[in-house]
Amino acid sequence: MSELIRKNASELVDLLSSGEVSSVEVTQAHIDRTAAVDSAVHSYLHVSPESALATAAEIDRKRAAGEKLHPLAGLPIAVKDNLTTTDAPTTAGSKILEGWIPQYDATVVRKIREAGMPILGKTNLDEFAMGSSTEFSAYGPSKNPWDLTRIPGGSGGGSSSAVASFQAPIAFGSDTGGSIRFPAAVTGTVGIKPTYGAVSRYGLIALASSLDQVGPVSRNVLDAALLQDLIGGHDPHDSTSLPESLGSMVEAAKRQDVKGLRVGVIKELNGEGFQAGVKARFNESLRLLEAAGAEIVEVSCPSFEYAIAAYYLILPAEASSNLAKFDSVRFGLRKAPDGNPTIERVMAATREAGFGPEVKRRIILGTYALSSGYYDAYYGSAQKVRTLIQRDFAAAFAKADVLASPTAPTTAFKLGEKLEDPLAMYLNDIATIPANLAGIPGISIPNGLADEDGLPVGIQLLAPAREDSRLYQVGAALETMHEEQWGKRMIDFAPELEVR
Amino acid sequence: MAKDELMNYEKALEQFEVVIGLEVHVELNTKTKMFCGCRNEFGDEPNTNVCPICIALPGSLPAVNRRAVESSISIGLALGCEIAPTGRFARKNYFYPDLAKNFQTSQYDEPIAYEGQLEVEVPSGKTFTVLIERAHMEEDAGKLTHVGGNTGRIQGAEYSLVDYNRAGVPLVEIVTKPVYGAGAEAPELAAAYVRSIREIVKALGVSDARMERGNVRCDANVSLRLHGAEKLGTRTETKNVNSLRSIERAVRYEIQRQAAILAKGGTITQETRHWHEDKGATSSGRPKSDADDYRYFPEPDLVPVQPSKELIESLRAALPEQPSVRRKRLQGEWGFSDLEFRDVVNADLLDQIVETVAAGAKPQSARKWWTGELARIANAEEKDAAELAITPAEVAELATLVESGKINDRLAREVLGYVLAGEGSPSSVVAARGLEVVSDDSALLAAIDEALAKQPDVLEKIREGKVQAAGAVIGAVMQAMKGSADAGRVRELILERAAQ
Repeated sequence: MSELIRKNASELVDLLSSGEVSSVEVTQAHIDRTAAVDSAVHSYLHVSPESALATAAEIDRKRAAGEKLHPLAGLPIAVKDNLTTTDAPTTAGSKILEGWIPQYDATVVRKIREAGMPILGKTNLDEFAMGSSTEFSAYGPSKNPWDLTRIPGGSGGGSSSAVASFQAPIAFGSDTGGSIRFPAAVTGTVGIKPTYGAVSRYGLIALASSLDQVGPVSRNVLDAALLQDLIGGHDPHDSTSLPESLGSMVEAAKRQDVKGLRVGVIKELNGEGFQAGVKARFNESLRLLEAAGAEIVEVSCPSFEYAIAAYYLILPAEASSNLAKFDSVRFGLRKAPDGNPTIERVMAATREAGFGPEVKRRIILGTYALSSGYYDAYYGSAQKVRTLIQRDFAAAFAKADVLASPTAPTTAFKLGEKLEDPLAMYLNDIATIPANLAGIPGISIPNGLADEDGLPVGIQLLAPAREDSRLYQVGAALETMHEEQWGKRMIDFAPELEVR
Repeated sequence: MAKDELMNYEKALEQFEVVIGLEVHVELNTKTKMFCGCRNEFGDEPNTNVCPICIALPGSLPAVNRRAVESSISIGLALGCEIAPTGRFARKNYFYPDLAKNFQTSQYDEPIAYEGQLEVEVPSGKTFTVLIERAHMEEDAGKLTHVGGNTGRIQGAEYSLVDYNRAGVPLVEIVTKPVYGAGAEAPELAAAYVRSIREIVKALGVSDARMERGNVRCDANVSLRLHGAEKLGTRTETKNVNSLRSIERAVRYEIQRQAAILAKGGTITQETRHWHEDKGATSSGRPKSDADDYRYFPEPDLVPVQPSKELIESLRAALPEQPSVRRKRLQGEWGFSDLEFRDVVNADLLDQIVETVAAGAKPQSARKWWTGELARIANAEEKDAAELAITPAEVAELATLVESGKINDRLAREVLGYVLAGEGSPSSVVAARGLEVVSDDSALLAAIDEALAKQPDVLEKIREGKVQAAGAVIGAVMQAMKGSADAGRVRELILERAAQ
């Protein structure tokens, strides 16, 4: 395989800008890699080699002509298939949108196009991002490149597996309860959920509007910083996007200083239910940080106990309303029942045929939670829990600059293992959900391999809202310490995939 | 449609107290829609003013129209309301094909304006204070056209067409508190209230306020209770009342219908009813009760609207004169008697006369045309004079033609008929049809001489001082000229002949 595909995005950026390699070479190398391994991994729902190469050639021509280019120009990227693209189908992993080609680009997609980044394709996800394994994709699951019998995490398992199997140097994810961070943890990659509002949601097919956030998936903290600096900032199309700039993440990632930094360990996220190897690696990283001059403090977030319950009321409530637009009238699937179909029957038949089991489960949950007579007990109580969690974080951040926990309780589980047990599946997100409920940023970075199964473990760092730069600063520092200790990147421990 | 039993109106009022409540929807005339940049324009080609937002393509997000917020605040202020310092939008969830998202973005528990009042004068000269509960912002739905079937409704239609040009047009819904004590004048009060709202929004310039285009729409709630009873009776909500005249008739009808049911010991069904102008009756729509569950919850895609004190005060300072003040001023300017003026107001012709006078007519002739001939024609056609196919400018033109002697009253009525039939402006009708008064004296003289030859004694009588004898000759001349002669000029010419 071409050595180009193993390089970090930031290295490719340097090679591209110095002219040592062309964008066409880099792009073609990734296209070849996908042709070789994606029949086994299934990261992509749709690949766009022609348009990616056309963009690459255009950038190479401009560079040759001496035009001023964006630093990321020519760097190929994979896009999660719940972001709208005018030149490729956008399905959100659902049959109800099969073949739909959007009339507009998501804001983040527009930004990467303007920067001249070739789009390699659209990556797999659980249907409408509802899931933790990609097993709820209507188009079949993606596989974990570390072990093809295991899940690559979800919902963004397509992006995580693409980056982990060198099919893309970098990718977009979206994170509603951990859909960027959990897949990153189980595939040995880096995933960031920025502060709510730091990145525009315009063109992100909504799961739960108050929780969703677009973010980068990469093999390196600096790579993610490059992408967040490109896509961040206010968007008049998204009124929940923050008006102010959060500063340069690239600068923060290069700062790499943890001296005097207070790292808060969340007591509630380091105990029962966490795999031994996950806990062991976590504690080692704390010692590394301590050795580098950080102060480790314990913090308590007692309301986290109710986080999953609250999350599974707020998310389905918002989703039930967001998904109402899939009614066959203006786009997407249309199923007409036999006989004399009325609009109600066509809508019902379409939704019956087009939505998968997890989507239906959540629509029913959400519809129920919002019903009159139940609203206060369910949706109302969940919003109160949300406030309590925000208070827990406020108290914790009074004692610590960043908080730390394992990203997930376990390493990647087997395909099919939790498919019949939604509650077990939901519990995966116990450490990631609180950040979405509070709107704060979180990062997952590779944290070694668990002794018992040799699979990747992730560490999560959390920062107060708008302080995304702290995550890049601390994450990059820890990453450097790890790589010094291991002698190579964690992704370089991954087994070679069989090439077709 | 089953025929309802109605109780005699006076008898109904003897037994029952009438309570009404009015919900008026005002369509704002902002350049763009409530949540997107599409043109807000009536009458364009269907589905041309649409975008991913107003047809609810996946991934799209709303953004609030600032101008619409300002217009809503102005309406609130003009109604003496408090303006909320912060207000969230909410989602009202229900499936209907004219509602692209299958939820309406509206304000629910946090209206932008609340607690106001409006002085309303009814035709008898009595004034009522109508308490305003709230005025809130929301978006209009698309427009459905049901093809086939014979009801014009979705049930039984062969198919339906939907035009999303209207989807997302900004609306302000103004809701009154229950209005007590209007008694027999409740129907007139309902119409007078809507007329006042219309005057206010027109004067503010925030709406075109044309009822026939649906710019102002009224839902009338009516309930009855026995005199002295404390508990409010069950109400019905009559929709589709698209003119002031319909509002009055619909309220009166509901009073009589409900009274007949209650007097027999029956119960009123809480429901939506539809007004049929042609049949002069309401019919049962869908039941409106606990079955309606809109699953309201705060709109997560929008941040709360938070108008600054400065903005509110600057809008307050820019408020136009109150309708009652304006009326006093106009009456003074025009020199109308109280009776003349009240006729104008009650016939809802104030704006027509303002515009006709502005177009160059004398106030009295503008009044005579509108309350005379035009009102007579409108009455015969069972519509409001304002709905006739003639503009105030054309009425002014007609009046000026008469005043200049180009046409006489009889010809003017004929010209009016052709204008209403769509043949063009009054002067073009006059020119095209050669309807001008014959001012060529030689033609008149020929006709006079012919008439005098038949009545030889007339000239003698005139010379003796019996001037009225000329009348017989004038009549004959007018008949000979088929009315196209200026009777005054004919008279002058006869007198000249007699003097010769």
